[in-house]
Amino acid sequence: MTAEPRPANLTPVNFLTGFLGSGKTTLLQRLLADPAMANAAVLINEFGEVGLDHHLLDRIDDNVVLLKSGCLCCTVRGEVADALQKLDSQRSRDEIPWFDRVVIETTGLADPFPALSTIQSHPVLRSHFAIANVVVTVDAVNGSRQLDERLEAVRQVGAADVVVITKTDMDEATDTDALLEKLSRLNPSARRVIAQEASADDFLVDASTERSEEWLSEALSLSEEFAAPVHHHHDEEGHHGHAHSSVRSFSMVIEERIDWTGFGMWLTMLLNRHGDRVFRVKGILDIEGEERPVAIHGVQRLVHPPVHMSAWPDRRRQSRIVFIVDGLDPARIEESFHVFNRLSEKVLTQGGTPPLRRAS
Amino acid sequence: MCSLCGVLGCDDHWTSAIARPGVYTRNTDRLNRRREAANRIKLANVLLEPRRLKIAEWQGASYVLSSPTGRTQVFESLAHLWPEAEAMTGRALDPLDPDFLERLKQRIEAAS
Repeated sequence: MTAEPRPANLTPVNFLTGFLGSGKTTLLQRLLADPAMANAAVLINEFGEVGLDHHLLDRIDDNVVLLKSGCLCCTVRGEVADALQKLDSQRSRDEIPWFDRVVIETTGLADPFPALSTIQSHPVLRSHFAIANVVVTVDAVNGSRQLDERLEAVRQVGAADVVVITKTDMDEATDTDALLEKLSRLNPSARRVIAQEASADDFLVDASTERSEEWLSEALSLSEEFAAPVHHHHDEEGHHGHAHSSVRSFSMVIEERIDWTGFGMWLTMLLNRHGDRVFRVKGILDIEGEERPVAIHGVQRLVHPPVHMSAWPDRRRQSRIVFIVDGLDPARIEESFHVFNRLSEKVLTQGGTPPLRRAS
Repeated sequence: MCSLCGVLGCDDHWTSAIARPGVYTRNTDRLNRRREAANRIKLANVLLEPRRLKIAEWQGASYVLSSPTGRTQVFESLAHLWPEAEAMTGRALDPLDPDFLERLKQRIEAAS
């Protein structure tokens, strides 16, 4: 199995988000009843003056913190940081019950990226907490329409590691298969689970390493399935006005070895310029000079520390990267990658620099 | 301190992550770190050529970006290279820009 990227002393953080009324709190309530979640601290973010969601949760104790400033996207970055720091110091002083996991439930309009970024880049938080995954609820009654009309909903699904489909048992539920297909088009790298059939385990996976075989094969088969329309520029003309008409996923299968230095420069430059339009990058890389694969995993401008995996998941030694982008041309991204890879190979193997590559 | 975000000690960029179990990085021992840093500077300078900017390491801990008119900017993490370069030239540095890619292809030809 893969190596463990998260040192044992870092507390995993699960983000739970989803559109307004999509069943986040119901799901959280169910999760908290599971013994696996017995020692979880919960941060709840509310949009509006008076928080209500925490009243709906049965478990109100010192480990449930209500963030009051409303929308998590912008104003609450500092508040998330303060709340987590406070929880951490209270835990170390035994002022609150011990917790071994944090769940952050965000408001339905929030883009999860700023909070994710806060945890990963905050000089104190990053030594105490690590992002485990992003769980997004989509309800079977309104989800399909919201994905058509609201970019926030599309961004949330784009950032998801796990998409939970709720309310499939309601009479008004629309065609679940069609919704599943829509979700897999938007984000083939996310796992899709039906809320009623899910267990706590489904939500606790560490997105960067666990079940990498699963997401990789699923993501690739799905994006291959949808590969054809992706490369045509005018394939979705009939969908103008839809929030997701320009959002698409595609995968790059790269035959040559990847130069790590060049790849770092390329992706950093790409995300600097287009990060708000790259909802997700997830891939497994065959790095020049390395026997084992390296997994990368990013949401918008945030890239998690690369994971050195212990083995190739499907024994196929080949780099594969899945992108979810909004309005960027897949062919151009692929071309750009190859130019950078060739350039770094040329520049770095010329005289003067110590040889980068080892004989394989 | 980072001049962009005002945060102390923020150089744990994914391209040179602090070495820890399971994380892929070349930021391991002194030799590897120096070699990778030299390679990155070398490649960054090639990428900055079309904008006539240059980057150099400064005292092994920071980077200095300079323009042909003598403007300089010091920063601690290569993560800030592209925003700093864009701020200095007032122009976007876009790896998807066909003209930029064309320049890089010419550079590859020249190196062949």
